[in-house]
Amino acid sequence: MSSRSTLNLQLNRRRWLTAAGGLALGLMAPLPAMAEGTIKVGILHSLSGTMAISETTLKDVVLMLIDAQNKKGGLLGKKLEAVVVDPASNWPLFAEKARELISQDHVAVVFGCWTSVSRKSVLPVFKELNNILFYPVQYEGEESQRNVFYTGAAPNQQAIPAVDYLMSADGGSAKRWVLEGTDYVYPRTTNKILEAYLKLKGVKDEDILINYTPFGFSDWQTEVSKIKAFGSAGKKTAVVSTINGDANVPFYKELGNAGIKATDIPVVAFSVGEEELAGLDTKPLIGHLAAWNYFESIKTPANAAFIKEWHEFTKNPKRTTNDPMEAHYIGFNMWVKAVTKVGTTDPDKVIEALPGTQAPNLTGGISTLLPNHHITKPVYIGEIRADGQFDVVWKTKELVPGAAWSPYLPGSKDLVADWVKLNCGNYNTVTKTCGGS
Amino acid sequence: MRFGRALLVALALAYGFAVGCATVHAAGLDEAIAHFTTDDFDETLTGIKEVAASGNPRAEIIIGALQTGQLMFSAERKAVYIQDSAGKLTDAATGEPVAGAPPADLDTVNINNRLRGAIAAALGQLTLLSNDPQKRYEAAQAVFKSRAAAALRTLETAIAKETDSRTKVELELARAAILLNIAGTSDADKLAAIAIVGDRGDQEALALLADIPARESPTVARAAIDAINAIQTRLREWEAVQDAWYGISLGSVLLLAAIGLAITFGVMGVINMAHGEMVMLGAYVTFVVQEVIRRYDPALFDYSLAAAAPLAFLFSGSVGILIERTIIRFLYGRPLETLLATWGLSLILQQAVRTGFGPTNKEVGNPAFMSGAFDVGGITITYNRLWIVCFALAVFVALIALLRLTRFGLEMRAVTQNRAMAASMGIRTSRIDALTFGLGSGIAGMAGVALSQIDNVSPNLGQGYIIDSFMVVVFGGVGNLWGTFVGSFVLGIANKFLEPYAGAVLGKIAILVLIIVFIQKRPRGLFALRGRAVEA
Repeated sequence: MSSRSTLNLQLNRRRWLTAAGGLALGLMAPLPAMAEGTIKVGILHSLSGTMAISETTLKDVVLMLIDAQNKKGGLLGKKLEAVVVDPASNWPLFAEKARELISQDHVAVVFGCWTSVSRKSVLPVFKELNNILFYPVQYEGEESQRNVFYTGAAPNQQAIPAVDYLMSADGGSAKRWVLEGTDYVYPRTTNKILEAYLKLKGVKDEDILINYTPFGFSDWQTEVSKIKAFGSAGKKTAVVSTINGDANVPFYKELGNAGIKATDIPVVAFSVGEEELAGLDTKPLIGHLAAWNYFESIKTPANAAFIKEWHEFTKNPKRTTNDPMEAHYIGFNMWVKAVTKVGTTDPDKVIEALPGTQAPNLTGGISTLLPNHHITKPVYIGEIRADGQFDVVWKTKELVPGAAWSPYLPGSKDLVADWVKLNCGNYNTVTKTCGGS
Repeated sequence: MRFGRALLVALALAYGFAVGCATVHAAGLDEAIAHFTTDDFDETLTGIKEVAASGNPRAEIIIGALQTGQLMFSAERKAVYIQDSAGKLTDAATGEPVAGAPPADLDTVNINNRLRGAIAAALGQLTLLSNDPQKRYEAAQAVFKSRAAAALRTLETAIAKETDSRTKVELELARAAILLNIAGTSDADKLAAIAIVGDRGDQEALALLADIPARESPTVARAAIDAINAIQTRLREWEAVQDAWYGISLGSVLLLAAIGLAITFGVMGVINMAHGEMVMLGAYVTFVVQEVIRRYDPALFDYSLAAAAPLAFLFSGSVGILIERTIIRFLYGRPLETLLATWGLSLILQQAVRTGFGPTNKEVGNPAFMSGAFDVGGITITYNRLWIVCFALAVFVALIALLRLTRFGLEMRAVTQNRAMAASMGIRTSRIDALTFGLGSGIAGMAGVALSQIDNVSPNLGQGYIIDSFMVVVFGGVGNLWGTFVGSFVLGIANKFLEPYAGAVLGKIAILVLIIVFIQKRPRGLFALRGRAVEA
């Protein structure tokens, strides 16, 4: 009942807005997406190749959200239509497929990308063709683009709180740190931020060990024994893992077999969620940690409903949910609200309307889209359980606003992003210019 | 009558006394347990300490249940329960079954790493005097880790009573660890403790001794520094052994991945880009076998790999024969077309598995005999790696035997050395081609069974090994199985000796560069085939 009445309300408001002048503007702007009677939504996630393991799920969740929206009567009186393309974990292909989505299929918005390198590869396309990208994955920050909305965590919404937790009494008061990552832009930038932050907190150089391994690394014996040796200096040691993708399972298997218990050397991961643990026997890993903005095990009515819907949509009662899925859930609802508000899918208007838009997240709070195109999110630290889920052991009291530029890096500490007042993604507060870094 | 009344009074008094005692006794535990009903980590920690200190015989059961996540609470009823694996509730304090419906707000008492440490310490203290020698051994290790001063008295009793020499060593170590960490230990005791810890000689001993020089008297500090230096020298000596072992282990994985290719590419000359997918199919066979066993007879789980290996061989082998009959036999002598066709095939197989099983990793469990690790001197050897080394060697020996000792092996060698001659001697060469390709693919499938134990079981599994496999076969010398054998171990060991110095990324690059240089000097690899067969 209630959903129908809100729908009426939204429709009424839309009519009112349209009558008040939106129509005139709407007619002037070319609106190819609406011309065919449906609103097209692009989905740009790899369905084959190395990233398919993570991204296929995101494609499915956007399809589910579109389906649900259509059941509620669509958007602006039209049905939403999903356009799915497969960039095949091939970074240049991401740019090609994005171009295809925008100029051939005339989509109104794109939900997509996982790795930072794929996002970087599509940025120029979105800028040139002026469209909207919702990017749902936790990332290294140091970016704010007019056409991109970052619904995943910035470093201050994941990495920094996780380190704070490990330094606290509950987290074991860690004094010595191993920063272990896959060798590409996200781990390198995150570790740079973390290193600066740790030093600020008084951690000495010799108590930080930074290590990189290639993508898909599978022989972790040497690395794990290095961690073990580093942890035997009499100080509580913790590992911060930015290992990504397929390399995680062999890493955790080696960790479990080598007998490194969470009570001795806890490992906190930023890219390991319910999905990645699905391929693992987690009993030897109990107590190792992950930092996210969402866990499937969090008990809220919204989350229970989401999980139920997901199981029904995928017809698989075992499919897990994870953090980037929640990010798409929030992003999709924000986009729907903004479009409803301005009464058109015209990218310029929607981009203008999105900051300030609020949408409920799945953990009981209301996330807000900020002028820097990031969103507010709660931060949770979870410990791995025997069944592959996480027990939340710590959370922030309030939602944390995502910061595009890290204050701990010399190159970005003077930068702010504000697309509402400054219309700039990298405004330098010292030189008072846009575009300097 | 009076006597009867007196008796009654006495009985009543006795009963009252008994009840009173019982309540006092239980109250200690009840109060302690009440801390578990708040869902607050600090409260739970207090609860653990109080339960452990209560002296109640149920303390061990309650804390054990907390450790395994079976301790439940209801905030509404202020009650704590233990839930068994079947979901039945018993009262935590009394052990009585709970009658009636379970409380609506029943929830697990959550724990975190700090509490896990406290639980291990408490359980250690409680089980130091257990009748089960294994429990005492584990308890001693737990106390060594926690260094809880409260356990000292019990520890001394336990040492006096201990008969098992292995446990006794651990108990002495635990005592030494505590003595080094509490104030008021005499220097003589400390020196004795340092000697005991120094004898242990591993990284944990190092961790324990690390901060002693800074805070103790000069004599003790001197002894600690000497002990630390002795341990470090010993560990450094073992490091080379450790790197060699890691290299052998990596080499065995490379051997497994490459040996099938050594047949299809090395012996037959087919550039088989779908080789990795044969490995992947083998891993999925393991997954299916384990699923079937889990569903029908979980007791057989430890035998799952023994069952999976022949099945994977047959399955991947059949797929290989099918591929040879339908695609590859039309492309003999056209390497470029073969490369493209098999590469396309690899994508088809990957996507087929992705569609059939889903894109996510599948869980393939380690049987009990492949889990965990053991120490040899200063290094830790994990069982799964050890078994994989054995398996790789067994597969290699079996393959060599097959080629040397069987009729099929003879025919296969004949066909690859001189096809025309072999055909004129009555060998059906096309059948041998199919079987040889099937053999290579089948061995790749068996490699998949082993790799499922250490890597992801996902559609991408094979991709990670295809380049390494080609590298090994080319390096070792095309067409020579011994070349593949030596090549994989040389590359594995070289990689693992480089890795600690150059890091994983640079190490890998360095190996590639070395191979390129090597191939420039010796284009036919380590063991080049000579003679007319090469020219054919």
